[in-house]
Amino acid sequence: MQPDPDASTTPAQPAAPRPLSSSWRTIGRALAPRATRAQLMAGLLCALLGFALVVQVRQTRSEGLANLPQDELVRVLDEVTQRSETLQRQAATLQGLRSELLTGSDTQRAARDAAQERATVEGILAGRLPAEGPGVELTIREPEDRIPALVMFNLLEELRNAGAEAIQLGDVRLTASTYFRDVADGIEVDGTTLHAPYHWLVIGDPEVITPALNVPGGALAQVRGATGATDLQTKDLVEVTAVRDLPAPTFATPAPETPAG
Amino acid sequence: MIAVLGLLIGALVGVFLEPTVPAVLQPYLPIAVVAALDALFGGLRALLDGTFNDRVFLVSFLSNVVVAALIVYLGDQLGVGTQLSTAVVVVLGIRIFSNAAAIRRHLFKA
Repeated sequence: MQPDPDASTTPAQPAAPRPLSSSWRTIGRALAPRATRAQLMAGLLCALLGFALVVQVRQTRSEGLANLPQDELVRVLDEVTQRSETLQRQAATLQGLRSELLTGSDTQRAARDAAQERATVEGILAGRLPAEGPGVELTIREPEDRIPALVMFNLLEELRNAGAEAIQLGDVRLTASTYFRDVADGIEVDGTTLHAPYHWLVIGDPEVITPALNVPGGALAQVRGATGATDLQTKDLVEVTAVRDLPAPTFATPAPETPAG
Repeated sequence: MIAVLGLLIGALVGVFLEPTVPAVLQPYLPIAVVAALDALFGGLRALLDGTFNDRVFLVSFLSNVVVAALIVYLGDQLGVGTQLSTAVVVVLGIRIFSNAAAIRRHLFKA
């Protein structure tokens, strides 16, 4: 009856430890390659062990989560879920911010475009910008008497009524605050003294302006009544180049916007 | 010598074949490897004791592996697989240590 070779519970025989050299000799004998049954058996089993060992080591290395216990897996899953929730919240916040910025820039651009357009329109109406377009050219000469300022002012009013959008008299751009005054050698218009012949450049619909001026008893009739000579020409392109610097309003400020309705 | 060669050849075959462990065997292979290691050390000790027998080595090797796997399987069925695996590894580790101590005493008289 052979004792179990792996029976570690049986203490090593303390009585007869063989001499040191004998143990090493035993090892040496065992290491000597002999084709005995024991050697082949041990070799086979060791090959099996080595194979299993390597396979298991590779398996352990390649496996990330597969051999984690369940509670560990639950913890990992929790962490991943939390992390993805955090990231999703972040993504939502950032997307909201992005769309906000997009609409913001859209709104701003629209507002800027509108403001620019309004500035252009109002610049033309207020005389701040040069303008061009279809209109009429009117030359008034004074072959005899001087033409009074009132007649000229009536002419301007008549032009405005007829829808004139930009008016220039001589080198002066005529605006809402334009005044005419009789002076010794001509007419003073907005601080500039003009002499005959008076040269009007008017941008507006010629089809409206021309009959409005020529109406019996109208503006041109008055000019002729004041001994003036008129020459009215319809033009496809009238260039009003004179501009006027507008002082910033001193007293008036924009009223706060009230919501319509 | 043949045993050492066998160990090396087995390891090389494992490295080059790169087999994947079947899912059924996955919980048992680590325990089986530890049990086989224990049998190997036991065999070495028996060799030094002068009591080595190839038949006993073979039987102890295989029975160690099978019993260890069986214990783990039983533990899995009972719901204490992790704890029982730990217990088996602890016991086998103690045995490996004591066998190693005996081998050391034989070889170095210390």
